[in-house]
Amino acid sequence: MANDPQWGNRKKGPPDLEEMLRNLNKKLAALLGGKGGGAGGGGAGGPGGVGIGLIIGLVLLVWAGSGFYKVDSNERGVVLRFGKYIETTQPGPHWHLPYPMESVDVINTAQVRTVEVGYRDSIKNQMLQESQMLTDDENIVDVQIAVQYSIKNVTDYLFNNRMPIGMNGTPDDSELVRQIAETSIREVVGKSTINNVLYEGQGQVVQDTTKLMQDLLDRYKTGIQISQVSLQNAQPPQEVQAAFDDAVKAKADEERQKNEGMAYANNVVPRATGEAARLRQQAEGYKQAVIASAQGDASRFRQILVEYNKAPRVTRERMYIDTMQQILASTTKVLVDQKNANNLLYLPLDKLMQNTNPVTVPAPSGAQPAAKPVEQSASSSTSDSEPPLERDRRDRP
Amino acid sequence: MKPATINLLLAIVIVLVVASLSLFVVDQRQSAIVFQLGEIVRVDTQPGLKWKIPLVQNVRFFDKRIQTVDVGEAQRFLTSEKKNVLVDAFVKWRIADVKQYYNSVNGDQSAAENRLMQKVNSVMRAELGHYTIHDIVSTQRENIMKALRSQTNADAKNIGVEVIDVRLKRVDFPPEISSAIFSRMEAERKSVANELRATGYAEKETLSAAADKQRQIILADAYRDAQRTKGEGDAKATAIYGAAFSRNPEFFAFYRSLDAYRKSFKGKDDVMVLDPNSDFFKYLKKGAGK
Repeated sequence: MANDPQWGNRKKGPPDLEEMLRNLNKKLAALLGGKGGGAGGGGAGGPGGVGIGLIIGLVLLVWAGSGFYKVDSNERGVVLRFGKYIETTQPGPHWHLPYPMESVDVINTAQVRTVEVGYRDSIKNQMLQESQMLTDDENIVDVQIAVQYSIKNVTDYLFNNRMPIGMNGTPDDSELVRQIAETSIREVVGKSTINNVLYEGQGQVVQDTTKLMQDLLDRYKTGIQISQVSLQNAQPPQEVQAAFDDAVKAKADEERQKNEGMAYANNVVPRATGEAARLRQQAEGYKQAVIASAQGDASRFRQILVEYNKAPRVTRERMYIDTMQQILASTTKVLVDQKNANNLLYLPLDKLMQNTNPVTVPAPSGAQPAAKPVEQSASSSTSDSEPPLERDRRDRP
Repeated sequence: MKPATINLLLAIVIVLVVASLSLFVVDQRQSAIVFQLGEIVRVDTQPGLKWKIPLVQNVRFFDKRIQTVDVGEAQRFLTSEKKNVLVDAFVKWRIADVKQYYNSVNGDQSAAENRLMQKVNSVMRAELGHYTIHDIVSTQRENIMKALRSQTNADAKNIGVEVIDVRLKRVDFPPEISSAIFSRMEAERKSVANELRATGYAEKETLSAAADKQRQIILADAYRDAQRTKGEGDAKATAIYGAAFSRNPEFFAFYRSLDAYRKSFKGKDDVMVLDPNSDFFKYLKKGAGK
């Protein structure tokens, strides 16, 4: 009744520890000593008797030697005497009473094994029937999980469950774990919404599945410990993949638009703040400038006024002539002596404006032409200081 | 001497043969029934070395571990809303009363499993009809499994079997309904996608509009402040001018006019048509003499 072909090897190990062998030899010799001695004593008369005794002795020795077995560090041995559980042996060399009295099952407890639900060997190798399941909101999802497990209790493992027939036609604990994994993941997914399974709640799904599986395994006293359940893949079915991808993209779009709005705000507001600061500073500058130039103008006027008051007539005349000189020096001038007011004077003003060359103005008939061609003086106006207000005044809204 | 040895060997052989006929081992994982001429005389549920009367009695062994039956292919069941669902399950069971078990199914495991499966099936058909799909998939799943277990277990007692658990595995829609589900899922996703995009647009608009508003306010505030400042400047300048010029308004008019002339006529493009009779030219006409 080998429980499991992969795990339980009934070891009829060769005696690998000589010391133990020697001890055993002594024990056996003591046990069979009387009989053997008697046979030997009898055999002294005939060599045939000695031969038979020797053969019996050898057979017994080999038989006893079949009780040796070794337990590796990742294994435990379970000893049955006449089918009844006696003890669990720790790693090291051991001896059990030879067949048919005792037998031993050696179980690997450290090895972590994996079963896959929803696929076999590779995620691409999908098992649709296994992987597609209903969610709480009656959607269908594709879920693939891998379950890792090991044996925590060898006696429970050996004695409590008959393993279902697996893929290869022999009883197999992976089949047992797969069944439990399947019922658990389906129950957990059935209680979750599709969003939980696909996106935010995956950790919870895995956690719940692990717990449910362990509960079931403990309830059946399988002696199996789940070490890890990992969600290999959770996605919407092929048929609706595109729509889901688009929804994910839409989420990204939403984020992007939000960020764009944010970026716009982050661009506009600081700029406006800067512009505002400029406006204020300009206004402040204008204020200072206006006041300063007013002060300047006023001061200048007051000073002139003082001097003017001393000799008003002469100063007035001088100022007037100075000004006229300045004006006439820089402008185009046409001097027209117009005694006869009834005559029409023709002045080609447009030509004068266009042409910088000296222009002869024909005198009107009947009139004494006093109009002289005047050389245009290109001399620039004297650099009389001008109030710096011009531009600002124009700016004023 | 020799015959004694042979006798000894013979005795050993006989003992061994008798022992092998009358001794049997009940494994930890098994129960045994001892029959005498076809009649049950004893049940051994404890493991160990047991005796029987050679030739007259024989022994049969039964596994007492928990076993699993899978219903295999998922079957269609009708729910309370008259919809079809595909459901499959597995049953965990073990032999509780080996004597009863032997008597009722003649110790035939597949017969026992068949009976269990039939029972589970009929209980499922009855139970699932009471629930909606949502109940079966989600909320009532455990209760359904509990009901399945207790009802199946009640029946299984008759064949000496204890049902440890009945677990649903698949609860799916049949393929023809699946396509309808898929199109519904697609529509749902589309609406989600649309909503997300619209929300994104709204957020963007909200943010940028708020920014524009803020910008406008900032600029308007700044304009207000700027105008106020400029006004202050203008007022002060006006006051200064007024204070200075009011000392001699007549001279101010003259002075300011001259300044204005100077600024009005200052380029070649300005053409002045002058009358020699003007005051400025009085000496030009009169000549040097008076």
